[in-house]
Amino acid sequence: MKTIGLLSVLFTGILLMIAVVDFPDWGDPHSPANSYLSTHYIEDVEEETAVPNMVTAVLADYRAFDTMLETSVVFVAGIAIFAILRSIDGTSLAGTTRRLQRRGRSKKEKRKGQGRNRRDEMVAAAEREAAKPDLIVQTTVRLLMPTIQLFALYVIAHGHHSPGGGFQGGVILAAGLILVAMSFGLENTLAQVPEKLSLQLGNLGVLIFAGTGVLCLLLGANFLDYHVLAAIYPATDEIMARSHSMLVVEIGVGFTVMSMLYLIYANLSSHGDLKKGL
Amino acid sequence: MDIVQQAPILMILCPFLGAFAVSLAGLIQRRWCYPLTVLFTAGSAYAGLGTLIQVLRTEGGVIRYRMGGWEPPFGIEFRLDALNAAIALMVVVVALLVAIYSRQTVASETAGKEGHFYTLFLLLTVGVLGISMTGDAFNLYVFLEISSLSSYALIAMGRGRAAFSCFNYIIMGTIGASFYLLGVGYLYIKTGSLNMTDIARILQEHGLYSSNSVRIGFLFILIGVWIKMAFVPLHRWLPNAYTFAPSTTSCLVAPLMTKVSIYVMIRIMFSVFNPEFVFGVGPRSDLVVWLAVIAMMVGSFYALAKNKLKMMLAYLVIAEVGYMVGGAWLANATGLTGAIFHILADGLMTLALFLAAGAIYYKRKSYNIVATKGLFGKMPFTMGAFAIAALSMIGIPPTCGFFSKWYLISGGIEAGHWGFVVGLLTSSMVNAVLFFRILERAYFEKPELPYEPGRQGKNALNFVERKGVDEAPLTMLAPLWAASLGLVLLGVYSGVVIDFISRYVNSVGFQ
Amino acid sequence: MLDLIIAKFNYWVYIVLMMIGLYAMIAKNNYIKKLIGMTIFQTAIMLFYVSIGAKQGATIPIIDHHGDGGDHGEAAEAVGHAVETAAHAAGSLDPDAYVNPLPHVLMLTAIVVGVATLGVAMAVVQKIHDQYGSIEEDEVLKRIKL
Repeated sequence: MKTIGLLSVLFTGILLMIAVVDFPDWGDPHSPANSYLSTHYIEDVEEETAVPNMVTAVLADYRAFDTMLETSVVFVAGIAIFAILRSIDGTSLAGTTRRLQRRGRSKKEKRKGQGRNRRDEMVAAAEREAAKPDLIVQTTVRLLMPTIQLFALYVIAHGHHSPGGGFQGGVILAAGLILVAMSFGLENTLAQVPEKLSLQLGNLGVLIFAGTGVLCLLLGANFLDYHVLAAIYPATDEIMARSHSMLVVEIGVGFTVMSMLYLIYANLSSHGDLKKGL
Repeated sequence: MDIVQQAPILMILCPFLGAFAVSLAGLIQRRWCYPLTVLFTAGSAYAGLGTLIQVLRTEGGVIRYRMGGWEPPFGIEFRLDALNAAIALMVVVVALLVAIYSRQTVASETAGKEGHFYTLFLLLTVGVLGISMTGDAFNLYVFLEISSLSSYALIAMGRGRAAFSCFNYIIMGTIGASFYLLGVGYLYIKTGSLNMTDIARILQEHGLYSSNSVRIGFLFILIGVWIKMAFVPLHRWLPNAYTFAPSTTSCLVAPLMTKVSIYVMIRIMFSVFNPEFVFGVGPRSDLVVWLAVIAMMVGSFYALAKNKLKMMLAYLVIAEVGYMVGGAWLANATGLTGAIFHILADGLMTLALFLAAGAIYYKRKSYNIVATKGLFGKMPFTMGAFAIAALSMIGIPPTCGFFSKWYLISGGIEAGHWGFVVGLLTSSMVNAVLFFRILERAYFEKPELPYEPGRQGKNALNFVERKGVDEAPLTMLAPLWAASLGLVLLGVYSGVVIDFISRYVNSVGFQ
Repeated sequence: MLDLIIAKFNYWVYIVLMMIGLYAMIAKNNYIKKLIGMTIFQTAIMLFYVSIGAKQGATIPIIDHHGDGGDHGEAAEAVGHAVETAAHAAGSLDPDAYVNPLPHVLMLTAIVVGVATLGVAMAVVQKIHDQYGSIEEDEVLKRIKL
């Protein structure tokens, strides 16, 4: 396998190097990639969408269809991990490992006798110690959480004017939840933000995105053609309707990313039984 | 809204919105998942029919759908012509049939997770459908990843070695998708565009065909899709992944994923680039056809050596990939027509065979070919449909397998590539041996199981042997027969389909 | 030759990263190491795309309304006071003053895809570990054959 790997890597590397000679220099403003579509986006973006952040405009309007699918990629990942790991009928996967380990241990125990047991007890005691809530960590998290969430909301809402948007904000929100889960224990966090709720939120996020698109369809335009939504928003022209719809869409993205990343963490860290996380 | 104009997007929105509806329904009541899935795939199939009719009626035979109303190349567009309208319809029909079929298998093989299974099922359909419809090279990558991710999960939900084989699939699949992405990046760096038609225009106008990076970008895209379609020598991941998946998954994944990758290859070769470039300065086309011949041989002979029905079928998928890649690389119109027609035919054939294998497993609890002994007495309808699909696989008229092979062989003769012709005939012979061996056992021998019922083996625990006819339920038989009759119909009306396909082939411009 | 390396250094960096990643994915025995390789591989491609969009002396692709100077001062000033977006005449922005936004958008998608793939792969590795008690490929293979 190693030689096959090395050979294919070398083959790819040589191809890559041959191609490089042909590429435009780094930072060349007149390379084809930087002068065709790019110029259009830079020059007309504000006129066409009233959003100064071009990345947001391209992400949530010109290539909104990509973004909708990308959101559903996150959703797929969440559902996929759930489907792979989660045990519903009671025969937990984690249970099999434990059985395997126990089987392995019983053989060793015969050989090693009592010494093994004592070490196990010590390990278990250390684990118990480690699992105890830590006052300093918990207080810090308590203090940090509101700031983290506020900042996340700012990142989502201010995506039109500064770097940010639904993905980034959603990730920060999820990071906050994961932080809580790590310091207060997964079970406690799941009592506050249950699995079912996060699944529903994940669905809701994509449905907000797709729903905006379908609304455009119903109003007689193409899918995700936001300008017709001016009829719904109060006192907006067609250009501003695009800008507002981008915000709506980004909020949807934020919901999905937050809940799905949180679910992914919960499932991965607890081996799918959602009992005890890291 | 004008429903006819919006047919392409409705085709993809049905399963897309359906996935989330099913996911929500699964949280409330798992029984609702199955009817909802059937409903949404049926809606998609209806829209697909509308799209096909629209393509037939439109002048020039191309319909374009702009996402967000943006003019391509600035926005994303769906572009449907004679090549992909038929393939998109095939995709939704396959999804619909598998959805109807899945009632019992999903309930028995993935109990408790129906909601998730059907969500992933619909999203896989969205992914494959999107690949076959989009006109944007990067959008295609996103669809590719949706379909791959959901297929990873659907495969890993299986038992036994499923997780292990799935991991190899993930590694290979990621390499494939990344190479595709890299190739698109190379085209982007030289042309500055992501829209396929636009890339083709710029390549033509700026004379970029001789550029090294465009050539290497083309090669990377090819390697990427070859990995995705399990073309020899990059095929090692496929047999295990398809064998150990739950039977509904393999019914859906086997007909769709490889065929749609072949579609992508044809689209890139002939719509983004042109035959002159591909067969002139690209990698030596002769070499690729020889690889295709090797693929046929490897697929057929390994299939012959296997004693597990599903493993056998998985190797046959590899052989079929060889037919289509070879046909497309013969560098003439007949071969390409054969390859495109074979995409449609093989989609249905593979579907019918895997459906039958799933039905046999459902009743006999075994994939071992010994379990097919005397099955004509036990499951006459299942085996009847299986026989039709087998005849088509061998290439006996009036099934469509004959016509696609006819075009492929004529293409081979036209190109003077005798290796391809001989390879295809040998592979068909091997198929004949393979299937007649099964059919003979099923017809003449007495029913037997590879294990003693109720005694040993994990699968045998709940098995009760019944006397007389013990047929699969109607929800499994109906789609199976629909697929088999589809094979005959596609064969009988092959002229119409070939006419339709040649609209595209003629626009490619072979010398 | 040296010129070639300096003028296109971004591509050389990504090639090295990509080869490391690809090698780890194919040749490593440990599943987690394979996944690390996968991440490096994908990151290399992201680096490649983003570096396509770079322009010397350009700023981030956000139109600045406040005209706070810097390299893009002129361009910013040109639009500085025009808050009413409809008042913009086409071409009033200098395309060279802002980096290409498109690769950033594309790579946002690729990042999300990478995260999703990694997550699913991790779940599968966990399942393999549960079944076979190992994450080394050769050991898993040995246990399958038993």
